[in-house]
Amino acid sequence: MSRRISVDVAIIGGGLVGSSAALAMRKAGLSVALVDKGYCGAQASGVNYGGVRRQGRSPEQLPLSQRAHRIWPQLKAMIGIDAEYVRSGHLKLARTEKDFAKLEAYAETVRDYGLGLEIVGGSALAERFPWLSAKAVGASLCPDDGHANPRLVAPAFARAAERAGVTVLEQTAVREVTTTGNGFAILAGDGIEIRCRQLVNSAGAWSDRFAAHFGEVVPLTRIYPSMVVTEPLPLRLPVSMGEQGGSFYGRQVARGNYVMGGGRGLPLGDPDYSRPSVTAASSVMQRAIALFPHLADAQVIRFWSGTEAEMPDGNPVIGPSETTSGLFHAFGFCGAGFQTAPAVGEVLSELVTDGCTTTPIQAFSIGRFRKVAVETAASL
Amino acid sequence: MSERLPPVIVGAGPAGIRAAERLVRAGLRPIVLDEGQRAGGQIYRRPLIEDGRSYRSRYGSEADKAQRLHRAFEALLPDIDYRPETLVWNISAPERGNQLDVLSSGAHRQIGFSQLILCTGATDRVLPFPGWTTPGVYTLGASQTALKAQGCTIGDRVVFMGSGPLLYLVAWQYMKAGARVEAVLDTAPVTSKRHLLSLAVHAPRIVALGLFYGLQLQLAGVKIRYGVRPEAVLGGSQVEGLRYRRRKLRGEAVETIACDALAYGFALRPETQLADLAGCRFRFDARDRVWLPERDAFGRTSRSDVYVAGDGSGIAGADAAEVSGELAAAALLEDTGRASADAAGLVTAREAILRQRDILGRAFPFPDDWFETVPDETTLCRCEEITVAEGRRAIASGSITEINRLKALSRVGMGRCQGRMCSAAATELLSGACGTSTGEVGRLRAQAPVKPIPLGFGGRVEAEVRS
Repeated sequence: MSRRISVDVAIIGGGLVGSSAALAMRKAGLSVALVDKGYCGAQASGVNYGGVRRQGRSPEQLPLSQRAHRIWPQLKAMIGIDAEYVRSGHLKLARTEKDFAKLEAYAETVRDYGLGLEIVGGSALAERFPWLSAKAVGASLCPDDGHANPRLVAPAFARAAERAGVTVLEQTAVREVTTTGNGFAILAGDGIEIRCRQLVNSAGAWSDRFAAHFGEVVPLTRIYPSMVVTEPLPLRLPVSMGEQGGSFYGRQVARGNYVMGGGRGLPLGDPDYSRPSVTAASSVMQRAIALFPHLADAQVIRFWSGTEAEMPDGNPVIGPSETTSGLFHAFGFCGAGFQTAPAVGEVLSELVTDGCTTTPIQAFSIGRFRKVAVETAASL
Repeated sequence: MSERLPPVIVGAGPAGIRAAERLVRAGLRPIVLDEGQRAGGQIYRRPLIEDGRSYRSRYGSEADKAQRLHRAFEALLPDIDYRPETLVWNISAPERGNQLDVLSSGAHRQIGFSQLILCTGATDRVLPFPGWTTPGVYTLGASQTALKAQGCTIGDRVVFMGSGPLLYLVAWQYMKAGARVEAVLDTAPVTSKRHLLSLAVHAPRIVALGLFYGLQLQLAGVKIRYGVRPEAVLGGSQVEGLRYRRRKLRGEAVETIACDALAYGFALRPETQLADLAGCRFRFDARDRVWLPERDAFGRTSRSDVYVAGDGSGIAGADAAEVSGELAAAALLEDTGRASADAAGLVTAREAILRQRDILGRAFPFPDDWFETVPDETTLCRCEEITVAEGRRAIASGSITEINRLKALSRVGMGRCQGRMCSAAATELLSGACGTSTGEVGRLRAQAPVKPIPLGFGGRVEAEVRS
């Protein structure tokens, strides 16, 4: 099968970043092709915990995160479903005085960003959260944070983009990308050739290969979530929960299942695939019972894992390439990209249309790794 | 380390018991893990409390086989490490060593294995129709289990429906047990039974038994209908009857029949999740419309230390399971350089049974037009309470062509049973909507835990140390 497509922008990777970017660009009047080697939203965008959380992010991520915060309530109008998004609140527990002090310090650091954090300590904890049976020194609540169903959001963005006129090519692996005089030529799938003026690399854990192809070596590593899901149970946990200094996080979905995570899964021989770790799952399960004793007799019905990308400084790469005009990167969200992704899509749309964005993204420039790459190369 | 680990057999049905027997004869001491409380598997399931019934009354024509197998197992007990009521819920990835995660008496253990023989058996294949989740509707296998293991029936006035040899056998067993059999509703057309003629040449005993059951049912005045399609279970909180269509010489008739219980099923589906977690390669089997672990005549899989036997490696019945259990053990012994009696005769015996199964499959065909007529409001996935309409809508609006994608976008197969009950139906629905063959939409990837495990087990992890 031979097919030629000519568009303004091609996007490699149909995760939540790529699919929301596709929709935003199409709405801005551009012609767009969205290409994914598998199915849109089937990797990190679909296998993450589903936390729509601003609390705990580094200050440099908060303008982007706040922008996303304004998008999430509009999903129904944008993509046709609300994706089970709820502003349940995100409660972060501190088990020790030291951890509680960290929560207080964080609240102070981000005071000007408008998260509305509420610090609750000591005996007030039981009054404020009567359902909470775990022992804790204190907690920080971000009342307007929440959660959504990760399996649904990115596919719905991709379908909405398709309805708006984006050419969505799933099961279509990109085999070769070359620069042409005025843009890029992409060979993908079974004889598909895409010509575009601008190119977005939002290929998640596979982005480093495309970046390296354009001379931008990045220290991307893969991480694998390890998730545990219980059978549906009566609704009782009203917030999405996390722990300062711990690795447990959990929420109860509308259907009643507790979705909980912590620790890391393990890659298989083919590192594109992973499995939940029994060790990690066991510790999540033990912690769950300590936090929610009423779950002691609950049944766990499934585990899951997936592939995500992490950068060494905990921040993603978002912005223009430093080697290649017309190329933009957006990847490496370190297991925390679900909430910000719809805003990243808008930012990418602004970058390809205007060359700049209203949201500060300097901290995410790919150039910050140039020095690291050079040093690494030298030490080899 | 690993040379000190024992071989492990999962399952103590006909395949697992015969595999263990052959390993013991060669001087090995296998660990035999079984989810059941007593060995025998589903087919030769034993009562938890002896109820005074004889083998003949419990197992009918298969009494001698059942007794031989149970005795063989009891003789093995001093020479094997037998662990009943033990659920194997995970197998570590091939890259991460030979470890099984098991749940036994509420505690989690990890058990290492040198080689693994998976004899995981089968469950009923169910297809949804309006009202199939009404209390009083059972699978054929479950209704037989009630009789064998608990000495009770699923109702007093029972209708049997579906396709497969079990249909007539269980109906006859219920009649013998004193239940009133209101009807046997065969979904296959009567013309499909002509294949039994050719089967009679190869397996006269099977055909004679089948004819005997059918004849006795008819003599007792039991209504037998062919070419049946169920329309609805009558009754809300309990089965009160069934409305169905049936093909007649000219046109169709809609009939209703009163009953207080309905047993139905469409042959069996293999339990293959552990083979999947072990990393075995799978192939699509067009006859049974299911993905199976690739195996050679002996039961060797694509993984050199994992063997499969019995219905879990492809539905072939209890006799074939006994043979294939022995074969898998023989292969294990040969592959590890141990002497084992010649197994060529067993290969021939198994092949003969497989040929009979092919003919049986034609006499009891799968109703491949099922999903053209299943109404939208029918429950497709009972764990997640997804209707056929929601499944169809998800397929259409998400341009879905692959079964795991259907699971992700609709939750079909995501619940407590992890698709063990609904995946056959979901696969048929999806392939029908896509206009492709059942095999082309793929198979649900197995995920641990293969069956639910208590959240509280995490507090009691015991690593097994063997010296």
